[in-house]
Amino acid sequence: MSAHTRARTAHSKLPRTVAEFMAYAYSMEVEASERYAELAEQMSAHNNREVAELFAKLSRIEGKHRDQIAARMGWTSPPDVEVFRWTTPEGPETTDYGELHYLMQPHHALRLAEHNEQQAVEFFERFAAARVPAAVQAAAREMAEEEREHVRLIREWLARVPPLEPGWDEDPDPPAGAD
Amino acid sequence: MNEIACRADPDAAVTRGPNDYKSDVKPVWCPGCGDFGVVNALAKAMARMALDPKDVAVVSGIGCSSRIPAYMSSYGFHGVHGRALAAGTGLKVARPDLTVIVTGGDGDGYSIGGNHFLHACRRNVDMTYIVMDNHVYGMTKGQASPTTEPDWDSKLSPDGTGLREFQPLVVALATGANFIARGFTGDPNGLAALIEQAVRNPGFSFLEVLSPCVTFRPEQKEWKKMVRPDEFSPTADVPRAARRLLRDTGFDLGVLYAGERPPYAPRGPRAVRAPADLEARFVL
Repeated sequence: MSAHTRARTAHSKLPRTVAEFMAYAYSMEVEASERYAELAEQMSAHNNREVAELFAKLSRIEGKHRDQIAARMGWTSPPDVEVFRWTTPEGPETTDYGELHYLMQPHHALRLAEHNEQQAVEFFERFAAARVPAAVQAAAREMAEEEREHVRLIREWLARVPPLEPGWDEDPDPPAGAD
Repeated sequence: MNEIACRADPDAAVTRGPNDYKSDVKPVWCPGCGDFGVVNALAKAMARMALDPKDVAVVSGIGCSSRIPAYMSSYGFHGVHGRALAAGTGLKVARPDLTVIVTGGDGDGYSIGGNHFLHACRRNVDMTYIVMDNHVYGMTKGQASPTTEPDWDSKLSPDGTGLREFQPLVVALATGANFIARGFTGDPNGLAALIEQAVRNPGFSFLEVLSPCVTFRPEQKEWKKMVRPDEFSPTADVPRAARRLLRDTGFDLGVLYAGERPPYAPRGPRAVRAPADLEARFVL
């Protein structure tokens, strides 16, 4: 697997209210949850059940974060967020499709999740330091702290999965074999 | 005209999200394949334009990327190799009310279907052609395609083909495509915006999409570091677009050309009172 090298993620517009800011956070969680679900399907299609289950679990976790934001804001329906908003390719917690390998192991998947959570920390820290109303800065600091906690949890999880095995990507019947 | 098919209906009770444009069929592409980004972007673009899936037809030929019609909830037609544009042209002419989106790969579109590509540009029928270019025939296990670099060394072309690459944007501009752009699958949101512009622009819109093949061209994972977003500045001036292509790196993204040529519109049928009247027109 190549190193994850996604560019820094930013938003094209600074939020003026806490509700607007939380709509960005909500959108980030939605995108992350949906992407993890997609990745689970990809792994399932290639019979990599262990990683498929892991991605599905990550999708559920991000879905819970999404619901927590909605509950905190008292939203009964999704906030009005535009589809094309990120100034960088995708949201900070969204895994790049190109990072997958059909033989990848749970270790890889959790490394990607760790990277995503770390990007989310940086994303919120930038809002906390930006020229936005004090209430938005406070909410951003709180969200950054939550994401730091997620980083810690992912690292704990990583410590529980087997380390990478040498030759993890060796396939006795590789698709690229041209006979 | 696409403007009509794309118009958001203010009275519509249904608001669709991107997932509503995806079917229940799950893609079987290799994990890491760029084509996932195209499905994602296409669904987002359709949602953005508030298209009704029943008013959209996605037409394809053969190849990995040509599986896309099955993955969308709109109408679809998985045709024969290289003939996607022919099928799409026929459909659009017969049903101008539909938004027709033709999809395929570089082998299907530039080699087997190369002739159709030239004439689709020339005819300027109002439809959008999305080519997922990975510089290789992936489905058939990695042969060099028209856009493969001449020195790409592989078991099937040792030391490379030595052949100069096909230049799709140059050809599209020279043969009359009314909209020409290049996108990248690693930026699904940017790609969705390009698809929307392509569909909304009248006439034949050509969108070249750099879509890495992680199985046969794993080095293409580096493309995300090589692409240059928003490098093209849209123009309606053909000579200016042509000059810009002289310094194209192959990784420059954005809209190169957005023309104003009226799309092809078939003349309405003449009034024919009896078959004999019609036959009389063909008498030698």
